[in-house]
Amino acid sequence: MTTVNNGNKCLYCGACVGVCPVQAITLKDTRIVIDNKKCINCGACVNICPVGAMTIKK
Amino acid sequence: MKESYEAIIVGAGPAGLAAAIELAKEGKDVLVVDRKQEIGCPKRCAEGLGLGWFNRLNIKPKKEWAVQPIHGAALYSPDGKSVQMKRKENMGYVLERKMFEKDLAMQAVKLGAKILLKHQVVSAKRANGIVELTIEMNDETKTVTTPLVLACDGVDSLVSKMLGLNTKLELQETDSGYQYEMTGVSGYDENLLHLYFGVEVAPRGYIWIFPKRDGTANVGIGIGAYEKETAKFYLDRWIAEQDGLKDGSIIEVNAGAIPVGGFLDEMQADNLIVAGDAGHMVDPIHGGGIGIALEGGRLAAKHALKAIKANEYCDSVKGYTKDWFDTRGNELMKRLKGRHLLEQLKDGDFNYLAGSITMDEALKIGNGNLTKAEKTILFTKKLITRPGLVKIFLRFMKDETRKEGGVKE
Repeated sequence: MTTVNNGNKCLYCGACVGVCPVQAITLKDTRIVIDNKKCINCGACVNICPVGAMTIKK
Repeated sequence: MKESYEAIIVGAGPAGLAAAIELAKEGKDVLVVDRKQEIGCPKRCAEGLGLGWFNRLNIKPKKEWAVQPIHGAALYSPDGKSVQMKRKENMGYVLERKMFEKDLAMQAVKLGAKILLKHQVVSAKRANGIVELTIEMNDETKTVTTPLVLACDGVDSLVSKMLGLNTKLELQETDSGYQYEMTGVSGYDENLLHLYFGVEVAPRGYIWIFPKRDGTANVGIGIGAYEKETAKFYLDRWIAEQDGLKDGSIIEVNAGAIPVGGFLDEMQADNLIVAGDAGHMVDPIHGGGIGIALEGGRLAAKHALKAIKANEYCDSVKGYTKDWFDTRGNELMKRLKGRHLLEQLKDGDFNYLAGSITMDEALKIGNGNLTKAEKTILFTKKLITRPGLVKIFLRFMKDETRKEGGVKE
């Protein structure tokens, strides 16, 4: 499983950054960077994202 | 960029800039860094600020940014009933927040603060009683040192985490927010804030229209993070059914997480003070945070000044959290109860309440300060025919002592 950010939908608001329990997500300018080594695919970012830009791919 | 500062503030929002002003006023050598490319932009905010905050913080509204005077509010239930309050006197403003924050930034700089945008803190480490911040700007990185970091970096709040203070948001205590600034819209009173409730409309939250003059308004939604659909979905669906809104044009899209579920237990650590959204400083009921952040930033600066004077950055910042709870936090904890009550209500309850309670009662329930007599009237005259509501209200109004608020000793 991998958590991915859809750049077309994303507004770079940082909601996912705040709820990530393992600090795997950072926001750089207009880029969401997910550190797959840290990410535990818990879905917190998927739940909080106001526009549905985060998904977990199986 | 210099190599070291007396204090470094991360985040140039209301909290950070308010702190910068206070520190610079005392002649302290202070740096504000922000990863964004424009102050106040993109906003993650509906931009309302009540008159109480203007008075409390001694801020004079300016024409450039206090764009729409507000004289009251209207709450709507799912079946379209409304509870309204409109006063002759001004009760607050909707701001042009970008201009407001730039105004704060100008004040801070005039007093001697330094602001750097597009500067992102990528690491923060303590070494021999000082903090080393690694800051990235474009393709360069640089290390600067300071004995004191003020983390005013919003809900993301990575800097506190880098320094070992867990500011993580619990998902069940966080709202997902989405908003359009729209123009060419109509059908609402521009002197009121409009709030729409209902489980179908906005589960565990509400939709708002905050007018910004001349047929322009912030139209947004905050909902629980666990809802089936996204905040965008619920807002789009609702706007499509509103005659005055559906043909309007969107001139800005905003989004963000809202830390509505209560405050950090500890808002400071060695060499670190947290203020604003980073400390979850927002009103638990409506999610607004500009005033609270400004006040929090000033309070953070007060404790920073104490630490700088003592030249000691661990014990001297320890009183900050308690000071904040005494000043604002304990009062807001009562409103957290109001939020929990609100979350229990079903559409039928909203419809019933809209037809039976007054705005004054609604506000007092929210603030947790109904008198005994008012409570009796509420229960025996207004809620009595809906046992389900009586149960919910009893559960949340039973204990209004402040024991759950404040700092854990």
